[in-house]
Amino acid sequence: MSHSKSTDNTLQFVLDGQIISLNNIGPTTTALNYLRETLRRTGSKEGCAEGDCGACTVVIGELHNGRIRLRAVNACIQFLATLHGKALFTIESLKQASPNKHLHPAQQAMINTHGSQCGFCTPGFVMSLFALYKGNTSPSRKEIHDHLSGNLCRCTGYKPIVQAAQDMYQLNANDAWFTLPGVCDDISEQEQQLIEQLQSITPSKSLQLQSISPIDGQIKTYSAPNTTEQLADLSLENPEATLLAGGTDVGLWVTKQHRILNHVIYLGSISELQQIKETADGLTIGAGVTLTDAFKRLNQHYPTLSELWRRFSSVQVRNAGTLGGNIANGSPIGDSMPVLITLGTHLSLRKGKQRRDIALDKFYLDYQKKDLAKGEFVELIHIPKPTENQQVRSYKLSKRFDQDISAVCAAFSLKLSADKVADINIAYGGMAATPKQAHHTMTALQGEVWNEATVRKAMQLMQQDYQPLSDMRASAEYRLMTAENLLYRFYLDTQQSVEDDANNSISGDATGNATRNKTALNVFDYIQEARS
Amino acid sequence: MSSQTEQTKHVTSPTSASASASASASASASASASIDKSAPAPKGISTPHESATLHVAGEATYIDDIPELAGTLYAALGLSERAHADISNIDLSEVEAFPGVVAVIQAADIPGDNQCGPIIKDDPILADGTVQYVGQPIFIVVADSIDIARKASRKANIDYQDLTANITTADARAADEKVIPPMHLSRGEAAQALENAPHRLSASFSVGGQDHFYLEGQISYALPTEDGGIYLHCSTQHPTEMQHLVSHALNIPDNQVTVEIRRMGGGFGGKESQSALFACAASIAAHKLNRPVKLRLDRDDDMMITGKRHGFDYHYEVGFDDYGKLLAFKLDMTLQAGFSADLSGPVAARAITHSDNAYYLEHTDIAAYCARTNTQSNTAFRGFGGPQGIIAIEHAIDSVARQLGREPADIRAANFYGTPDSDPTIRTTPYGQVIVDNVMPSLFDDILKSSDYAARRAAIREFNQSSPVLKRGIAATPVKFGISFNVPHFNQAGALVHIYTDGSVLVNHGGTEMGQGLHSKIERAVADELGIHIKHVRSTATNTSKVPNTSATAASSGTDLNGKAAQDAARQIRQKITAFLAERDGVTVDSIHFADDTVTSSEANYRFPDIIRQAYEARVQLWSDGFYSTPKIHWDASTLTGSPFYYFAYGAAVSEVIIDTLTGEMKLLQADILHDVGNSINPAIDRGQIEGAYIQGVGWLTSEELCWNEQGKLTTHAPSTYKIPAVNDYPTKFHVELFNNQNVEDSIRRSKAVGEPPLVLGMSAFFAIRDAIGNAGSDAADKTEGLARQPELNAPATPENILRAVWEFT
Repeated sequence: MSHSKSTDNTLQFVLDGQIISLNNIGPTTTALNYLRETLRRTGSKEGCAEGDCGACTVVIGELHNGRIRLRAVNACIQFLATLHGKALFTIESLKQASPNKHLHPAQQAMINTHGSQCGFCTPGFVMSLFALYKGNTSPSRKEIHDHLSGNLCRCTGYKPIVQAAQDMYQLNANDAWFTLPGVCDDISEQEQQLIEQLQSITPSKSLQLQSISPIDGQIKTYSAPNTTEQLADLSLENPEATLLAGGTDVGLWVTKQHRILNHVIYLGSISELQQIKETADGLTIGAGVTLTDAFKRLNQHYPTLSELWRRFSSVQVRNAGTLGGNIANGSPIGDSMPVLITLGTHLSLRKGKQRRDIALDKFYLDYQKKDLAKGEFVELIHIPKPTENQQVRSYKLSKRFDQDISAVCAAFSLKLSADKVADINIAYGGMAATPKQAHHTMTALQGEVWNEATVRKAMQLMQQDYQPLSDMRASAEYRLMTAENLLYRFYLDTQQSVEDDANNSISGDATGNATRNKTALNVFDYIQEARS
Repeated sequence: MSSQTEQTKHVTSPTSASASASASASASASASASIDKSAPAPKGISTPHESATLHVAGEATYIDDIPELAGTLYAALGLSERAHADISNIDLSEVEAFPGVVAVIQAADIPGDNQCGPIIKDDPILADGTVQYVGQPIFIVVADSIDIARKASRKANIDYQDLTANITTADARAADEKVIPPMHLSRGEAAQALENAPHRLSASFSVGGQDHFYLEGQISYALPTEDGGIYLHCSTQHPTEMQHLVSHALNIPDNQVTVEIRRMGGGFGGKESQSALFACAASIAAHKLNRPVKLRLDRDDDMMITGKRHGFDYHYEVGFDDYGKLLAFKLDMTLQAGFSADLSGPVAARAITHSDNAYYLEHTDIAAYCARTNTQSNTAFRGFGGPQGIIAIEHAIDSVARQLGREPADIRAANFYGTPDSDPTIRTTPYGQVIVDNVMPSLFDDILKSSDYAARRAAIREFNQSSPVLKRGIAATPVKFGISFNVPHFNQAGALVHIYTDGSVLVNHGGTEMGQGLHSKIERAVADELGIHIKHVRSTATNTSKVPNTSATAASSGTDLNGKAAQDAARQIRQKITAFLAERDGVTVDSIHFADDTVTSSEANYRFPDIIRQAYEARVQLWSDGFYSTPKIHWDASTLTGSPFYYFAYGAAVSEVIIDTLTGEMKLLQADILHDVGNSINPAIDRGQIEGAYIQGVGWLTSEELCWNEQGKLTTHAPSTYKIPAVNDYPTKFHVELFNNQNVEDSIRRSKAVGEPPLVLGMSAFFAIRDAIGNAGSDAADKTEGLARQPELNAPATPENILRAVWEFT
């Protein structure tokens, strides 16, 4: 391998104050399997092995602006090698950190509120609570709920667990842990110790691990380049290698499809790709930026999208997954793409030294087919900032509010000039083999007066734009009907201020105190008439 | 004893039976005279779950956490890809050749019976020649690692000759394919009464099944023991049945098989009979290879292989008068049984015996048909057919109210069974049991008042009139649930209590811990019987070599049966110590009391450990067995009549929802619950059961949808596609109260079973959705109370099903 001389061949991470060094680790060995099978640290549980239940939740610590940042992830789909240079905290770590082996407040609160029944999901919940405790000193109930949306409990019905999240701050207990930025400006001794440990193992070179698979006897390779340059070279040299960003999908290839990956190239070690750059016109997001960080920044510019992002998978998945990965993966049901298409997002693709620019709506060719050559990868995502009169919404329909895959995901961007449509962009997920714009509908609306009649007329063109499929998430009829209705929902939303949005739909925190549409036509009558 | 457990148990202050007894005596004034006033039940104490400290620390041991023995091998199962087919050729050479594979086992390799059916022997461990559903295990791969075993299990080359497959119950019923003969119960003259009724309506609807989604999947770890025996760690609610099925599969006596389970990561009925296939498969492999074998299922495989709650199709006719009084009820239920009988018979029996719910039905005719479909064999799930029976009558009563344009809560109340002081006729169930403990009229009235039902109904009506897109709905539903196994001989239990010479106590019994707090309650019963702090009592793993011939921990009966047995054991030891002390100290037996870790007599006080030591040295037996069998019950399975239930548990809930008529999305806004657990042994644990069961019931009827494709493959086989409630699904206004009551029967501390009954309360959310849909549409506001529409809503009420009912599109 051309990079062998300039690479590290030892994986290093911190666990309970010790630096663990490993060099015979398969590229797809998950953190959970390493913990449970190799270390026999069995506190972290496997509930689903696909990142959907949170029973395996662990917390990853990393250096961020000179301090420690803690984030919860699903160990079941987190490849161990991606922990290189980081610190891992498991349920066992909590008592370890306490000199008297006392319980952490998150643990004690769970006991006090009777937050465990069968106890199997409990370690995962505790780790999510621990991350919350360290990251937020006074979370609202909504923040607690959103923070726990990636942890499933089948016994309690959640109420006592949420109570524990509220109560843990009141416990005058043994939090032997460092206090984090935002809470405390001073760096504690414990934090300083970890910072120094992490600095001592911060990769200065790219990592390359090789191991022999017990199954086919072949060498398996894990590469974690440090620069985009190296990534581009590696990708070009190894066009069949699997590019790994957050691993929240690739993890399932391994745990569910039982695929054997010969060569994994991880782009999470490249600091250049973890940057978000802002110009007067837009944001440029590196392909390695996590969904958590990308959404946080996008929310500043597009506050009406916050509901979509909070429903985008779970905290654990958003902490690991990347926006670049979501886009490059190109699932027809990925939730970020419809709205990014309507915003006029462009991608920078990179192959070797060559870069090219492509509009996101041109990137998706067909089901799981993208305009992406072998050895080429998504390097940067360019998202324009909103213009002054631009109205943007995205709506997600699924069987469950939290952490579900959309049956339909609709996105709208509208600019009005007086009462006329100056520019409208509509895209849907779940309606076709790719995320796709509603061209007929858009054309019908362009230049027209933005009123109920125009919208109603345009809704009827939706069936020319989409011929959706039926599957376990929804039937074709439901998809088409709600696709039309969501355009109507968007129209209703443009008729009032942003503050009223919560009352327009019941997703989120609507208490039903909707005051909207009192003067509007009775929608029900109107739609029923249109259908009969 | 570990320090963690000590910590847990220090949370509450020490108490004793005698000290707390007076508090509950006054509370029971309204209960029946049959209560033995001389021994009022002690008031419950909300100690944490006995394993809480271990749970939160990740130190509670589940089966996959047990340190493995050297030489352990790992198994995976090869599954059918066809719904119904003959296997014309099976080529496992690639599986065998896969690096790291140690053995491949097929049906012919099983030394004894290839059978794991709990009642009827129609359930092979491994398919032999014919497959009957997609996902049915055909062979076992045993390998050096779980990863290798799973990968290798996909390498089979199997040729199938397809046979006719019935995927839906409609297909099966059309072909008259059933797993057991149809069941039927009637009382009075339903046909005639329907004919004569002033009003009639009929309806058809369906309610889907439900995957258990225990967080810990199925797992068995089998260790070969000397002389060809097996020591099996199995995540199961029914260790004795596992023991029997393993011994039959291996063709060895029961005394060669020991089954142990300390705790499950959830069961919910899914580990009652359905743990057997994995118990047998692991044991067969361990037996054959003489090495420890662990079989831990991947979540997808678990969902593909195991049966679920039975989905039901209903057709009913109901006759009623102007006031909504039910005059006749004729119900036909079709169960999706799956490919084999499993527990479908008893599930159907419980559905039939709960199709009255809390209502007196003079003329009734109930039929149940267990359709054989080429799908997973459906099984026990919390409620065991009871919820499915209840929802039929609740649907009928809701529809009656709508047809009459009257408040459904009023119609419900008008049809309740009589209270104990009323004519026995109006408190006799269709199966002939006279109800002696009915508290529903007052309980239901209480929840309507405490939830402010009438005012909220008015506010909702007002809201709906001014909200064209979003519609709110509300409903109150009751539950009356019969407690005991329908099979009388299952209603027995045994226990062992040991007191060691340091005064610490160990209790073991036939029940299994799956999170419900069974051990916590039994520790409380034993501690109070001996007058010691609960921290001195430890529960150990359920083990067939300690207490044999146990019943499944099921039917909500775990505490009722095993608690009584453990109490009996502790009482016998106490009596022996009392007798010893009376004789030695020359005091009367009556003067000796056990309380506050102390034994007192008219002459002296002794610390409990001291008297134990003295008793030991005086050669007093300090351990005992205990036994219990439920009195009074009888049941004739051939006529479906008798008095199968020792008592009934009651409850009611009010749920309020809001729906979006553009998308079918729904949000549960508020739930108020009042539930009868008798004299609670542990109010915190009982509340946890009620809240959790309610949310699980809501999940069953809203977001949890099982889908099979036309080839019979389950397409919702992982949490990515099968959606149990998550944290934003529980209502932020969620009020749960325990009804002030004591069991009129002599149950353990006058408590009532709590595991299953409150699941039924989730139904209030479903009928609130139906109410909201009924309020959609321009005509709703014009009709009386907005109740006139009869929304055609099937369960689960997914956004799609809600939208279909709103727009009546197909």
